[in-house]
Amino acid sequence: MNDIQTESKISVRNFDFFYGPSKVLHDISLEIPAQKVTALIGPSGCGKSTFIRSINRMNDIIPEAKGTGTIMIDGKDVYAGDTDVVELRRKVGMVFQKSNPFPKSIYDNVAYGLKIGGMRNKRQLDEIIERSLTRAALWHEVKDRLHDSAMALSGGQQQRLCIARALAVDPEIVLMDEPASALDPIATSKIEELIYELKDNYTIVIVTHNMQQAARVSDRTAFFMLGRLVEYADTNAIFMNPKEKMTEDYVTGRFG
Amino acid sequence: MTANLRRRKLFSRVFEILCALAVVVALIPLAMILFYVIKEGAGALNWDFFTKMPKPVGETGGGMANAIVGTLILIGIAALFAIPVGGICGVHLAEYPETKFSSAVRFAADVLNGVPSIVVGIFAYGLVVLPVKRFSALAGGVALGFLMIPIVVRTTEELLRLVPGGLREGALALGATRSRAVFSVIVPAALPGILTGILVALARVAGETAPLLFTALGNRFWSTSLTQPIASLTVQVYTYAQSPYDDWHRQAWAGAFLLVMIILILSIAARLAVRRLERMNRP
Repeated sequence: MNDIQTESKISVRNFDFFYGPSKVLHDISLEIPAQKVTALIGPSGCGKSTFIRSINRMNDIIPEAKGTGTIMIDGKDVYAGDTDVVELRRKVGMVFQKSNPFPKSIYDNVAYGLKIGGMRNKRQLDEIIERSLTRAALWHEVKDRLHDSAMALSGGQQQRLCIARALAVDPEIVLMDEPASALDPIATSKIEELIYELKDNYTIVIVTHNMQQAARVSDRTAFFMLGRLVEYADTNAIFMNPKEKMTEDYVTGRFG
Repeated sequence: MTANLRRRKLFSRVFEILCALAVVVALIPLAMILFYVIKEGAGALNWDFFTKMPKPVGETGGGMANAIVGTLILIGIAALFAIPVGGICGVHLAEYPETKFSSAVRFAADVLNGVPSIVVGIFAYGLVVLPVKRFSALAGGVALGFLMIPIVVRTTEELLRLVPGGLREGALALGATRSRAVFSVIVPAALPGILTGILVALARVAGETAPLLFTALGNRFWSTSLTQPIASLTVQVYTYAQSPYDDWHRQAWAGAFLLVMIILILSIAARLAVRRLERMNRP
């Protein structure tokens, strides 16, 4: 199978994670392929959010949190001493479970990442903002009110705005931590369509507690349980033909 | 209905009535002050009051134009001094809430808040007046600034902590450094509330008299200079009220009325601002 030979976008080897003295991730190793959607599933508290937040080092802001092992993106260790965390976070975007638009205008929200990166040219900004909002399937709904407050948008629109904001800085990887869990079914399906379209251009890792969602949108699926990676395979295999009993029990709804 | 239930209901009713009475008793002084001030002062407030200078001792007429402007200048200096200091301090306390240093700073702010205003005035006297051997508006502004600082610090800290953590994470995830995230996202998000807190602090210091007595001193004449003594509404009211002249008493009431009006307006503005901004931040 060729995709085992090609270099993975994200390569995780023997990764452990600790909150203070308690170990929450045990020896995680997996290869995440480029330009595909990889879903992380598992019951609450199994460590999938902690894991995904370790990829862009968002866990750095938690005191007493520590990871050991390696996470490599394009062959470079994310936790190496000389890694520029700011540059890492530009390259690896993140969308959160609860949408968090800034209390600024729609325009300023999407422009935020660009402005702190130093971009000042208005025409460039306008262009990228339009492109990002279009990619997030939000442009037509907001193009006439770019300078209105982002807080006036609906929940689903706010989440798409957060996606546009993340896409604006042109990341290579987009991490999504349960992006649709706070949304109604219609907004959720819009987000899922979006994810499907985005994978042509971005590597996507999505945490979801909704198995049907994982089955719908992802190419590869990783099943986590109590901080361990139980099984990782093509999505079809995980859902139709799981190798581990625990996986089978989970995906058939025997627990979770 | 059992006897027990009837007794409990009666007890509850009695307490409700006592609480209502307590509220009324607490409001009586406020009501009386407002009533007196309005009764005596509203009538004496006229156009001259705002535009004319005080007349020489013994003559009737004139106004408190210099004192009104003086109060504005003094709270302006206080704001210029207290807002940056108090604001940055509040940011630090919100960003590093658990350190020993922050606990000490918080305690110091609370203590400063409780220091009698006349003591702060004496301190400003020693700091600004004695070295140059002259009373000045600057000294008065500094004294008021010290009084404002604790209020600004606590308000800023509390409001910054109320900003949802998701905003910080969103900013960091886009590649912002910590300080960038704080100053470009968190502070702007809390700014409406912080500005309101500043308005309230300004209202408080606008009404101070004791700290101005030996810093800004007072001035019969028009002065906007920072290095000269300056009149203020509060000190002028104090001076006029002690005088033997009826006309000055009348003007003192007018001054008191104006002070109450200023504080009322600032408080209402602060309330309206809070309501408007809450509506903007939470649709």
